[in-house]
Amino acid sequence: MSSVSGRVEPELADEFPGLRLIWTAVDARVRGSSPAVKQRLRELSDRYRGAGVVAMRTQPIPHAYRVFFRQVGLDPDAARIPSEEAAVRRLLQGGFRSRDALADALLLALVETGVPVWALDAGVADVSSLGIRVAVTGDLLGGGPGGGIPVPEGQLVVADSESVHATLFGEPAPGHVPGPRTEQIVLFAIGVDGVPAIHVDEALWVARDVLKTT
Amino acid sequence: MALLEHPATPLIAPEQGERAARRALRAQIDKLERELADAFVTAYPMGGLETLEPARSHAGPRLLGLGELERIRDELAARVRAARTSIAERADAQAANRVRLEKMLLDPGRYRFVRIANRDIGEPGCGEWFVRPRLGLIGMLMGWWEVKLSSGCPLAGAARALV
Repeated sequence: MSSVSGRVEPELADEFPGLRLIWTAVDARVRGSSPAVKQRLRELSDRYRGAGVVAMRTQPIPHAYRVFFRQVGLDPDAARIPSEEAAVRRLLQGGFRSRDALADALLLALVETGVPVWALDAGVADVSSLGIRVAVTGDLLGGGPGGGIPVPEGQLVVADSESVHATLFGEPAPGHVPGPRTEQIVLFAIGVDGVPAIHVDEALWVARDVLKTT
Repeated sequence: MALLEHPATPLIAPEQGERAARRALRAQIDKLERELADAFVTAYPMGGLETLEPARSHAGPRLLGLGELERIRDELAARVRAARTSIAERADAQAANRVRLEKMLLDPGRYRFVRIANRDIGEPGCGEWFVRPRLGLIGMLMGWWEVKLSSGCPLAGAARALV
């Protein structure tokens, strides 16, 4: 299945013409990573050096996410952008650590392209209405019939017509993350102004490829 | 008379004007973020920028109004200004240290026991230039002074042994 553009609320699209959510679905289960994926993570770890991480914020894609963070009221020096967070973790831990096929797929996509990718359990996501919108009164993170955590009004969220899956750039709600029983995974990436579409597609492709081949 | 009877409508609707203002502020934030990133990279070999307390927000990502965008723009501008001042001060100090090192090399006897580290002149590594007497006490008595460059960073093993 190819990548599909999600819906961005018109008010948001007006303010941030480059903001977009692209998703794709993949038939895969959460399982352990293959030796090839672990090897790929090790090789990627070797590419990271302190000086490169310091200079990272001057590169176009991290810069674009840092600027967007500031423009929506987040300080990227306090709440790091995903690629910088991964790089700092790599420096602190001495390498990228393998967890499972899904986490490794998302990490590989992020590190190779600079574009963050998240995953949802296809069973709880209505992909036909998946997109980015402004939270309204009564929205619940991880909401639905089972309830959830109230989301402050005005916050930017990733949601569909049924529920709010995550705050923008936040981790999806626990019940919406793929688990052992998940049979289909929805991968979604967030692009912002300054991030070429090809990088967003590439991020999804990398994640999907890792999940399919593991 | 017709003009008086039909007041002119503004060329730009207030809503459009606000949107344009927000767009302009976002462009300024973009430019300032780039300048701050450049300053961050420039300052890194000089010891990095002072770590300012980041503006922590618990409100999460949201659409910001004019006032909030202006506040972020002003904070960023202040940080860029502070970063540039800090870089300029350090560059001046390094230039002064380089001149001092040149003088030390030309006339060590006038700079007895003075030490200048590589980092103080903007060079990488742990080397340190040190004016000391040649042949120890004899050199001190005879006025034989020389500049030595230490060999580099102490070994990690040696540091552990000291602990």
